[in-house]
Amino acid sequence: MIFSKSSKNRLKIFSLIAIAASIIFFFIYNNLQKNVVYFYAPQEIKNLKDTPSNKIRLGGLVKEGSLKKNNNTYVFIITDLKNEIFVEYKGLLPNLFIEGKSAVVEGVLKDKKYFIASTILAKHDENYMPPEVANSLKKNKLNK
Amino acid sequence: MFGIFKPRTFFNLANTSIFWLKIILVFALIVGLVLALVFSPIDYLQKDTVRIMYIHVPSSWISLFIFLIIGISSFISLIFKVRVFSVYAKSLAPIGLVFSLISVVTGSLWGYPTWGTFWSWDGRLTSMFILVLTYILYVSLWLIIKNYNSAEKITNIVGIVGLINIPIIKFSVAWWNTLHQPASITLTAAPTIHSSMLAPLLIMFFSFCILSLIIFLIRYKYEIINFRVNKK
Repeated sequence: MIFSKSSKNRLKIFSLIAIAASIIFFFIYNNLQKNVVYFYAPQEIKNLKDTPSNKIRLGGLVKEGSLKKNNNTYVFIITDLKNEIFVEYKGLLPNLFIEGKSAVVEGVLKDKKYFIASTILAKHDENYMPPEVANSLKKNKLNK
Repeated sequence: MFGIFKPRTFFNLANTSIFWLKIILVFALIVGLVLALVFSPIDYLQKDTVRIMYIHVPSSWISLFIFLIIGISSFISLIFKVRVFSVYAKSLAPIGLVFSLISVVTGSLWGYPTWGTFWSWDGRLTSMFILVLTYILYVSLWLIIKNYNSAEKITNIVGIVGLINIPIIKFSVAWWNTLHQPASITLTAAPTIHSSMLAPLLIMFFSFCILSLIIFLIRYKYEIINFRVNKK
């Protein structure tokens, strides 16, 4: 037999490493291709040469007072406090989607100022506090 | 100074300390869980969902920390031939695997009510997924390869190569735009998490550390005895 026990064993080990390495390589490659730019900020969209026609993600703050509902269709503004992009979305909003907080929207750009979203992800920040603390922070801000 | 790393000394140390560690674990876990589930306040945005953090964050930290030790131990074992370090790494690996799985599963359960999705391939989630794969590879290589010496060598290499991923996971939220929020607790700035939530989080982390240590010592004793028996 060509395949002795130890050579079979070695073959097993080799193929396992090869499979694992290729899976890992695939994910890293994929990650670098698409997900290092997991989402674009409005400024980055403005700097793009031409409007991308494929599905992209856009992330930023939901501008306060900009959310409007019109027959199941939401329109709001995603901003980085410099540039603003209108976003249109049909469907249910996630619980943590709040004006003044960040969100990531998935979809296509109609033009550089108008985005048609198919999915909305609420992004939350690194601040955790009880409601009482949040309320008093808000009050202090208003008093200033 | 390095006497503690002698298998016999460490074995005896393990034997005497496990009992006390178990007592500490019971107390820390009771205090941690009661604080986390009953007395800690709800978050102003996430309400009760925030309590997933008390499992998710310690598990993630421990899975990273354990892989760090596995990588360093692998390096010492492979380069300096202090082979007892391979036993440390081998004993730690399944613990790290379980905690990395807990981290991914609880994170995904947390993601759905907060982000609106169970999974998304952003920098943090992808690199964490790769850590789980590396753990699975590491543990299964020890199981598959019957020859101890070759298993030791190959898993050492996996441990060292896998080490690359640890800083990537840690800094993914700082380097790239990710869906995952940046770190709340850093070495350089004040934590952005309220003290009434930070305390249970740290106690839970402490109890998970003790739990890992106990399982590690039990597994270490088993590996050493196993090694001696097979040698004869």
